[in-house]
Amino acid sequence: MIVTHGLTKSFGRFLAVDGVDLDVREGDRYGFLGPNGSGKTTVIRMLLGLVYATSGEIEVLGERMPARAGRVLPQVGALIEGPSAYPHLSGRANLNLIDAAGPGGRRTRKARIAAALDQVGLGGIDNRAVGKYSLGMRQRLGLAGALLRAPRLLILDEPANGLDPRGIRELRDLLAGLSAAGTTIFLSSHQLSEVEQLCSRVGVVDRGRLVLQDDLARLQAPTGRVVVRSPEPGRVAAALDGEVARRDGDTLVVTAPDAAALNARLVGAGIPVSEISPERRSLEDLVLSLTTASADRVDRVPRAAVPAEEAVAHDQG
Amino acid sequence: MIRVELVKLARRPRNWVSLALLCGLPVLVAVFVVVTHLVPPPGQGPTLLSDVLSSGNLYPAAALAIVLPVFLPIAVAVVGGDSIAGEAGSGMLRYLLARPVGRARLLTAKLVALVVYVLTAVVLVAVTAYLTGIALFGAAPVTAPTGGGTLAAPSPVAAAATSLSGTAVTPAGLVLRIAGAVAFIAVSMLGVGAIALFLSTVTNSPLAAALGALAALITSQVLVTLNSANAVAPYLPTRYWLAWIDFFREPILWRNIDRGLAVQAVYVVVFLGAAWAHFATKDVTS
Repeated sequence: MIVTHGLTKSFGRFLAVDGVDLDVREGDRYGFLGPNGSGKTTVIRMLLGLVYATSGEIEVLGERMPARAGRVLPQVGALIEGPSAYPHLSGRANLNLIDAAGPGGRRTRKARIAAALDQVGLGGIDNRAVGKYSLGMRQRLGLAGALLRAPRLLILDEPANGLDPRGIRELRDLLAGLSAAGTTIFLSSHQLSEVEQLCSRVGVVDRGRLVLQDDLARLQAPTGRVVVRSPEPGRVAAALDGEVARRDGDTLVVTAPDAAALNARLVGAGIPVSEISPERRSLEDLVLSLTTASADRVDRVPRAAVPAEEAVAHDQG
Repeated sequence: MIRVELVKLARRPRNWVSLALLCGLPVLVAVFVVVTHLVPPPGQGPTLLSDVLSSGNLYPAAALAIVLPVFLPIAVAVVGGDSIAGEAGSGMLRYLLARPVGRARLLTAKLVALVVYVLTAVVLVAVTAYLTGIALFGAAPVTAPTGGGTLAAPSPVAAAATSLSGTAVTPAGLVLRIAGAVAFIAVSMLGVGAIALFLSTVTNSPLAAALGALAALITSQVLVTLNSANAVAPYLPTRYWLAWIDFFREPILWRNIDRGLAVQAVYVVVFLGAAWAHFATKDVTS
């Protein structure tokens, strides 16, 4: 659905995106992660033909971008860096204008808008001007705009911004439903737990480079260790001497391939176990290990400091 | 897309306020004139104003002369400057382009909307001024002096079909002349509009684009009145702005009207070309 080769963009002397090779397959729920200022939004804008690449190739839905934008973009729904609307018009009037701007018949417009509003939970919206909407309502309206034409591909930049926990849950259910119906979803987010719950594949960018792209299930495969919680941690440690990798209060991390077997061993030894589960890498640990400081953090450079080397420790475990 | 732009133009309260102000100023002037019966002598103050006391038929022309130098260009610069920069500022530009709306198509639609706004403004001013003129000054016939003077209403004493000073202008002829002036002024405003539209693709601030276009106009106005800049005067956008008065001479003097149209055409072509070239290759990061 989205393939890029050596996608590069420099703004003047600043290299914003550096040789990114994205590969998003049909039906993927792709999480696009990275610190602020790492180039995520620039990549998204290039995919949509808003920013022109300095070099590299982009293919969206099997066609070259931005050359075939007129054929590709009608099948793509996008939310780019937050929703926008004409503040003096109502939500419905805004969708009307944005729908009329693109291709698509006038006869089915009203039905399409009603369906999109229903999907995002704004079906009963009145004629209030968008300027008076709450942040969450604007976000929902932006999503409705992206969903207007039942797109094959959804490109969503921070779709959960401004939504409360219930709104985030609704969004996740909506996207899961769309994905089940065959829509490919490409979303960037800072909310790693959201990505963890929704996405099937992730790509991580850091300072303009794609440092990781893989299936989430593989990244989160069991680490070969088991986390055990017991009211008697001392006895656990004694029983499993040499196998305990880490101990933190009543929680122990034990090197063992199989949680069930370990559980049977402990229970057989008469040690009470309150919790036991295979250890998995959290997406947060993974992303933090792959990325450097956010570009929105500017530390004071010590006077005699030697510039840091480009090499980043890629601790992938 | 053109329809979308026209809807946006019509549903923007600010545009209606600006039209109301444009139409209101001549009405205000007319009220003052009719109450005090004081008008500037011929050759001073707004053109033709001295003649309207005797015939309200001429008031549309006087009204255009009142709004032309400042008010109308400001309104046009604001609408033109808002066209792309306003979309960028509100964040809608990225959504329009991703819909997708081709960049050239968007620019064309903006231009059409701007032309419609200019025409609406000029025609509305002329129509309200005509009604105001008839209501406040009455509708005496208008004569055209031969030999280059502007049209004038005869004094009530000599209110005959013809007068000593010139030939009578039929009401239909007067309407045609006013229509000509309206069209000429609308075209004159397109030069400003094109400059504002170009600046609008350069900056993300509608205010900066509008002020930039006005700065260009003021520069032009200053140079037009400067004798030492005579060499460049024929190429300045405002040089022939007042040539529409020639529609009210007998016979109509086409020379400056033609030149004015040609100069505006050049400005429109150059700045629209620049706007297109810049917008089509621009990274939209707003």
